[in-house]
Amino acid sequence: MGVRQFGASVRRLEDPRLLRGNGRYLDDIRLAGLVHIAFVRSDHAHARIRTIDMTAARKLPGVVACFTGRDLGAVAARPMPQMIPSPLLKQSKTYYPLAIDEVCHVGVPLALVVAETRAIAEDAAALVAVDYEPLPAIVDWRRALDAEAPRAHLGSPDNLVAALHSRFGDVEKTFASAPHVFRESFEIHRGACHSMEGRGVVAVPEPGDKITVWTSTQAPYMVRRMLAEYLGRAERTIRVAAPDVGGGFGPKGVVYPEELAVPIVALALARPVKWAEDRREHFLSTTQQRDQTWNLEVAADPSGRLLAVRGHCVHDNGGYVAYGVVAPVTSLAAFPGPYTLAALDIKIDVVFTNTVPNTPIRGAGRPTTCFVLERLADRVARQLGIDRAEVRRRSFVKPEQFPYTTGTKTRDGSPISYDSGNYHACLDAALNRLGTDFAERQRRARQQGRYLGLGMASYVEDTGLAPFEGATVRVEPTGKIVIQTGAASQGQGHATIFAQICADQLGVDLNNISVESGDTASFPLGIGTIASRVAVTGGSSVHMAAAAVRAKALKAAADMLEVSESDLVLEDGYAKVAGADVKVSLASIALKLDGSSGMPMLAGFEPGLAATAYYEARKNTFANGTNVAEVEVDIETGAVKILRYIVAHDCGRLINPMLVDGQVRGGVVHGIGNALFERMVYDEQGQPLTTTFADYLLPLATDIPRIEIIHLETPSPLNPLGVKGAGEGGTIPAAACIISAIEDALVPIGVRINEHPISPDRLVALIHELA
Amino acid sequence: MSTLRRIALTVNGTRRTCEVEAREHLGDVLREKLGLTGTHIGCEHGVCGACTVVVDGLAVRSCLMLSVQADGSTVTTVEGLAAADGALHPLQEAFWNCHGLQCGFCTPGMLMTLAAFLPARPDATEADIREVISGNICRCTGYESIVDAALEAGQRMKKGA
Repeated sequence: MGVRQFGASVRRLEDPRLLRGNGRYLDDIRLAGLVHIAFVRSDHAHARIRTIDMTAARKLPGVVACFTGRDLGAVAARPMPQMIPSPLLKQSKTYYPLAIDEVCHVGVPLALVVAETRAIAEDAAALVAVDYEPLPAIVDWRRALDAEAPRAHLGSPDNLVAALHSRFGDVEKTFASAPHVFRESFEIHRGACHSMEGRGVVAVPEPGDKITVWTSTQAPYMVRRMLAEYLGRAERTIRVAAPDVGGGFGPKGVVYPEELAVPIVALALARPVKWAEDRREHFLSTTQQRDQTWNLEVAADPSGRLLAVRGHCVHDNGGYVAYGVVAPVTSLAAFPGPYTLAALDIKIDVVFTNTVPNTPIRGAGRPTTCFVLERLADRVARQLGIDRAEVRRRSFVKPEQFPYTTGTKTRDGSPISYDSGNYHACLDAALNRLGTDFAERQRRARQQGRYLGLGMASYVEDTGLAPFEGATVRVEPTGKIVIQTGAASQGQGHATIFAQICADQLGVDLNNISVESGDTASFPLGIGTIASRVAVTGGSSVHMAAAAVRAKALKAAADMLEVSESDLVLEDGYAKVAGADVKVSLASIALKLDGSSGMPMLAGFEPGLAATAYYEARKNTFANGTNVAEVEVDIETGAVKILRYIVAHDCGRLINPMLVDGQVRGGVVHGIGNALFERMVYDEQGQPLTTTFADYLLPLATDIPRIEIIHLETPSPLNPLGVKGAGEGGTIPAAACIISAIEDALVPIGVRINEHPISPDRLVALIHELA
Repeated sequence: MSTLRRIALTVNGTRRTCEVEAREHLGDVLREKLGLTGTHIGCEHGVCGACTVVVDGLAVRSCLMLSVQADGSTVTTVEGLAAADGALHPLQEAFWNCHGLQCGFCTPGMLMTLAAFLPARPDATEADIREVISGNICRCTGYESIVDAALEAGQRMKKGA
């Protein structure tokens, strides 16, 4: 064997093309005859549409066509199917491709203009006159279930989307007999996704009544499924492909009304059509996340060990059920985190408001659950005068308890079981990296009137979500190897890690391998790049397919060379007899197995040096870690400076440590944004007030310190690679960690922080309340 | 309402002329009229920096500059960063080495911001570099690998100079 690729920080195969400006993102697609769509979107949070007058728009030179929902005809006359059906859904309100009678948040598409250029389309869209009958809007999710609350949808009995409940153990008895019970309320406010590339769709009618749909998505197969169902077409007539995608982070896993409207228009006009979302539209229509209010009680013993948690959450669903109840269900399933609880009782009411839908963004429902659990752990420590790390150590699942059945259930109702890990080791590794002098430095700083704080947060993440991804590995007669998979990429570096996995099996150079992904024409089935699942599911599939190709290559080579298979190795693109000059190239084996006209196949072999495998994830594999942060708070201005940020995490075996670091760092910074900067604001009428990057702040290079990363590698026993997902673990504990640090800094003042994001002015207000 | 003007630019070393509307910003003209789609449009209000190009030696947000303002200018886009023989620019090489990009959408803007800054300041510190790229938003990397790439590129450029 040559140099082992698995575990090496190799440079990405994806990069040279992107660095030269040769990427091909959605809006870079250029086609003859392409025309452009601009959508007309609702100005009201809740309104009935009386009339839509497009007369002026139609007259503008360069306008090709204008459509309302009614103009699209019978094909668009019903709501979209629920993307993630669930028996828990009491009201499954979904979008129409274009709203017809009623709009339920600002930004809902209700008409569209097609024009020769995007600029003309936008000019014309501005000329569309919509006569609305404004209706009362519900915006405050905490009041959504009040009897007198406006209904987010006309005719709804109430605003309840779903009532979720998770319970185990003898809750009442545990609380009644617990030495200590503390009560806390928490509030987490929503942010938005803000992939730097917005969404977008290009639809191209093809000969034979087929259609190609390019879309900036995490889930092309789900888009195909939705289109086939909605349009009443066979899936084989629809090709959906993701081009280069400029970030996803969850919301691009949702199938949107524009992804139906654009193909419908392309088919109606029989010409290629493009829509590329602009930043304002992203603020108004791409899904958001995290509005939740919690009222919780925690029971603890005198040693600080957490015994039980109970309480209630109101989760803001927004105006439509765009992605089932996945976000709140993942909040619920994230209990009890890394802790062994004797009892749990959590209810989540999922409610409609007239705002953009909440669906999973990096971490899905887990960061908010991590936040409340970690705040409770800090509260117990502070109340009992016990070190915060000790409370965690005493409450963690112990290394010898794996696999550990928590008592809670997954989305499909099966028991949640943590497969492997060492939670104590991650906590200790992070604290060791911090060093032992923090308390002394904090004490001295306080004497100087400076406020240093130490935060910590631990998390568990279910990764490698069911059901499967698949891959084909094929050796061409040229010796080039192609990996085809359904799993689309949004920048994670899948092509590189898949090639690393494959190269080790086949003994070839990485540069001989190319990867095609996220195109329904290239691979038949796929689920989507969500839930930190692709290294586990896609990676394992590539491994299994490559192993099958390896076995076939060795068997064929043994026949061709008339040697024993056991004497052969695969190395440098050849099957070789170790220690002898007897070899045959993979290219020659592939040529033999691909067949030649009139020549019989090698006896006992199916055609092709290729194999397809589907890794089926029956159980989640659980990553974990602890983050530690050191901050300084300026009590005059409320400014928070992050001085150090340490991550100790365990996502099983590392395929490419450099890429895992990238996932962790990016995730942490997203979580820091949630903690300190990102607040999507609506006024009482449901008008969004933060619709530019001047109003809505994202973390910048100057806001962030270096992120120190420590890898622990507890292999997953559940998949052949021993890997766990790494895409969201950075985000999940980050907000909890930062808030923990700020609160620790302000202990002398006594400020308690049970919310995020926390802005400087809010922090100053909290300080003044106590001053 | 059309007010077409003819403008001439030197783009990546080649003289180009095109008809533009007075309202068209430079980013749209580079992408739509000149086919240079390596420049990405991220916010169209001058905050995210994805559309940054170098105009007469200065980093410019091409969404905030009308193309008519750039008439007669010399413009470098990401497509013009590599050497004529195709060799990667030290910044491109360093971004590759340091995993300075994930989705790649903000990358051209990051590269061009740094390409305008580093030649005069190859010894820039980490704090300097963070300040310089604080007008470019990246949602993927957490910035650290971009900072590392800029530090490495600075050293390469110094050696090469």
